[in-house]
Amino acid sequence: MTVCYARRYAPLVTMPASSPTAPAAPPPAAPPALADATASDAALRRFLHGLPGVDAVGLEARAAQLGTRSIKTTAKAYAIDLAISMIDLTTLEGSDTPGKVRALCAKGVNPDPTDRTVPKVAAICVYPDMVATARQALDACGGQDVKVASVATAFPSGRAELGVKLADTRDAVAAGADEIDMVIDRGAFLSGRYMKVFEEIRAVKQACARAGGGDAHLKVIFENGELSTYDNIRRASWLAMLAGADVIKTSTGKVAVNATPANTLLMLEAVRDFRAATGTQIGVKPAGGIRTAKDSIKYLVMVNEVLGDDWLHPDWFRFGASSLLNDLLMQRQKLTTGRYSGPDYVTVD
Amino acid sequence: MSEQSGNPGGAARTRLGVAKTYKLFVGGKFPRSESGRVYEVTDTRGNWLANAPLGSRKDARDAVVAARKAFGPWSGATAYNRGQILYRIAEMLEGRREQFTAEVAAAEGLSKAKAAARVDAAIDRWVWYAGWSDKITQVAGGANPVAGPYFNLSTPEPTGVVAVLAPQESSLLGLVSVLAPVIVGGNTAVVVASERAPLPALSLAEVLATSDLPGGVVNVLSGRTAEIAAPLAAHSDVNAIDLAGADADLAKELETAAADNLKRVLRPADATSDWSADPGVKRMLAFTETKTVWHPVGV
Amino acid sequence: MSPMFEYAPAPESRAVVDIAPSYGLFVDGEFREAAGGKSFKTVSPSTEEVLAEVAHAGAEDVDAAVAAARRAFASWSALPGAERAKYLFRIARIIQERSRELAVLETLDNGKPIRETRDADLPLVAAHFFYHAGWADKLAHAGYGPDPRPLGVAAQVIPWNFPLMMLAWKVAPALACGNTVVLKPAETTPLSALFFADVCRQAGLPKGVVNILTGDGSTGAALVAHEGVDKVAFTGSTAVGKQIARTVAGSAKKLTLELGGKGANIVFDDAPVDQAVEGIVNGIYFNQGQVCCAGSRLLVQESVQDELLEALRRRLSTLRVGDPLDKNTDVGAINSAEQLARITELADSGEAEGAERWSPACELPERGFWFAPTVFTNVTQAHRIAREEIFGPVLSVLSFRTPDEAVAKANNSQYGLSAGVWTEKGSRILAMAGRLRAGVVWANTFNKFDPTSPFGGYRESGFGREGGRHGLEAYLDV
Repeated sequence: MTVCYARRYAPLVTMPASSPTAPAAPPPAAPPALADATASDAALRRFLHGLPGVDAVGLEARAAQLGTRSIKTTAKAYAIDLAISMIDLTTLEGSDTPGKVRALCAKGVNPDPTDRTVPKVAAICVYPDMVATARQALDACGGQDVKVASVATAFPSGRAELGVKLADTRDAVAAGADEIDMVIDRGAFLSGRYMKVFEEIRAVKQACARAGGGDAHLKVIFENGELSTYDNIRRASWLAMLAGADVIKTSTGKVAVNATPANTLLMLEAVRDFRAATGTQIGVKPAGGIRTAKDSIKYLVMVNEVLGDDWLHPDWFRFGASSLLNDLLMQRQKLTTGRYSGPDYVTVD
Repeated sequence: MSEQSGNPGGAARTRLGVAKTYKLFVGGKFPRSESGRVYEVTDTRGNWLANAPLGSRKDARDAVVAARKAFGPWSGATAYNRGQILYRIAEMLEGRREQFTAEVAAAEGLSKAKAAARVDAAIDRWVWYAGWSDKITQVAGGANPVAGPYFNLSTPEPTGVVAVLAPQESSLLGLVSVLAPVIVGGNTAVVVASERAPLPALSLAEVLATSDLPGGVVNVLSGRTAEIAAPLAAHSDVNAIDLAGADADLAKELETAAADNLKRVLRPADATSDWSADPGVKRMLAFTETKTVWHPVGV
Repeated sequence: MSPMFEYAPAPESRAVVDIAPSYGLFVDGEFREAAGGKSFKTVSPSTEEVLAEVAHAGAEDVDAAVAAARRAFASWSALPGAERAKYLFRIARIIQERSRELAVLETLDNGKPIRETRDADLPLVAAHFFYHAGWADKLAHAGYGPDPRPLGVAAQVIPWNFPLMMLAWKVAPALACGNTVVLKPAETTPLSALFFADVCRQAGLPKGVVNILTGDGSTGAALVAHEGVDKVAFTGSTAVGKQIARTVAGSAKKLTLELGGKGANIVFDDAPVDQAVEGIVNGIYFNQGQVCCAGSRLLVQESVQDELLEALRRRLSTLRVGDPLDKNTDVGAINSAEQLARITELADSGEAEGAERWSPACELPERGFWFAPTVFTNVTQAHRIAREEIFGPVLSVLSFRTPDEAVAKANNSQYGLSAGVWTEKGSRILAMAGRLRAGVVWANTFNKFDPTSPFGGYRESGFGREGGRHGLEAYLDV
């Protein structure tokens, strides 16, 4: 009924169903089908509060049930490689140095030095001041097609004045970031100032424009752990999608509750419904806490069964992770050799 | 039952008492039997007391319709409200204690003192059940600690329309002892009065009619128990049957018929039932359904 | 990489269960041949492979089993409750230990997916014994008087849809209350009950306390009619339930019946839609819809009907139908050819009466008994598929406009076992739950079971409750 609600909200506009395409369009305002929803603060509030509720127990039960899928042999091999190719290999520490970032880039391009058939990761995710380093390092080791993602907007708290956030974003884009992972203002969201959050996302989206044309791909982080309820996560999802997010992302990895199967499932449902309502396909990125191959495969199962093939691609689904990669590699080695691997047979970052 | 007055004015002439025409009680009204038939009711020594309506299968049908119509509002009334109405029945009965004492004495061949004691017990039984209306749910229901994030509550609910075959021997106390537990929880009843001694039951209907009890909650039929009970036991819109007033053969026949729509059946206790004993909760629970409601617990 | 994420087969190992070529009756602590020497075959519904041959109990065997249970009753009922409790705890633990084996066995004999036997049936079976074990020495506190007594010998006849779970629902409370039992499993699913006999043996349960008679309807009829029986408990069809009620009429046998249903699952326009879709799917496709409390009638508010059905169809397209032993199978085989024929006949009647039929694209195996998940729309109260229990993966969709209409339609049935309500409005849930004439109301959920939660029907769905404090009453002389 989410779709229905969205449709009823703007009954006069119909959108052709689109086939998934890589996000390259200029930053839109709200998709035309839902333009009314963002016409005013009150309209936005009505729209978000009119979305169907989420029953927490039912949502978690469904996520858990999908988690019982048994992915074996060829399916497992497929899933492991797909998961590797979807990783935003991340380092977001105060102690990061160019050396650390270069090591991570090398790992992202060549995850398993003993096996060149392992796919590259999707992106390297760093703070803005490391973007240039990362880009250079990737280019230097054959990773031209690996993206550089940068967190921005006073990550992870987002507690800065808008001008600072935009400057943060422009810096990262100017330094060569392909993707910007912004955080929303959770304080504004939780106090009901949805339009402020909406406008801020739009402003950041504009700041993603590159001097030479095109723009960086915008991922909007909700920090689900701070939004606290599933109803809030569904509202935040629609808010961000209306504001022009290319990808919606669960969390920063910096708070106690990060990506969970349930909150990711809810976001998958949101992008499914958003495409049905507007024709626009949005990506999803769970981040934080996904450490094992087994866990990542559960997420892929959810994508497969909720969204299907259209989203089973690094353009549309990412894992924000660091230690996950090594576990995927060990599982991959196990599939290849038949023997269990160990931490000494994968590289430390 | 006829009654002759004394000689109040000391005048020479004797006043002829006004005899009552006993009628059925259906839907809050007092109709004659649809069949137009009556039968003679006598005291235990064979003296004529009155002509009682000889209820028919169509009377039974009408009573079920009335009971079904009354079920929604009665089961939907608050327990407090039902309790007050049952207590009101006790109050009204208390006010007609003398009349019922005489009727019970005649019906059961008891001394006035013994009959009065049974009437008193019947009044007290209404009071006892009146107090149960808002407690049986707490006693019989409750929360269930399921192994999951669910609120889970079981509640007893009334079964629906209950056919009650009143005990044959205990014309008032026995009747009240089977009727009150049926209606206190929200069921409605079609009562088949004691075949041989129906007059206290028919008089009780007059009490019920003046006790704020909504019409149709209790319907009282008199006549041949087997004749009236058979269509009730087979009736698809009757949910349960209390066989207190049936002998073993009739009980088996009725229980068999009751299987057609899976009525709840309360089998007759043995013939020596002591209606003055503490009734416990069994009769109330026999005509309740346990409903269990689940709901997830989550934010 | 393949272009699609297709799950490779993930079969559970058959080797974890060792099925003997033939089984006898379990009477007085021993397996024995049927007195008449008769036997019958039990097949795997998903392949039609013969799994084993089992003895067919006749009248003489019923006599022997009832006599054994009667002999055992004196000492079993005299045992301190705390000792009975320990036997039941042992049984619960052994079931937990052997749950993988029993899950595979159940899947083989019943045709239901291993995911369900593993994640639902077996955990509930163990939980049921564990729960009732604790009652055995606390009956004085159950609200049935200071010293409630057992009834004696319980005759228990159970269906094929949850063979071991139904056994647990019957046997656990009976034993906890001090009764002894003669249990007849369904003709098409006898194996798990026979394995349960072995569990009893491992638990050291005194002989004769549990007796298992395999056979067909005639065996069950002889058992419930037997004069040495004090209690009859039956789960199955309403037609057979009525026959049993007639059989015990006029006797002193205490009777509880858990029968058919035509549960209404009511979805309001403010429902949590994604969870409602899951609830609908779980309500009618769980266990291939072979569930007495299935939500077989979907009552959807007209204002959201199209959207809900679109979401439902999309969801059904992801259901995985096939090999029950595959861990990724959602919908397994229908239990028998006979049941398949009944489902087929009723579904055909739906089409003939003008309802619109839809199933997701799914390839059904060639051997075995299969029926694709099916949805009928444009169904009215007058259609057979809206009134009769299909007991298969067939959903009938009806619509309503107001809460009053929803209640009226939901209650317009001779059954009254289950109902579902989906709305985010709390006061509406409570109002609906109060007005629905059903023994179990699932609000914003469906098909949830727990040993502490009483289960049973209104009206022609039977009487008596199983589970919880309420369920004890069926096995006590009160």
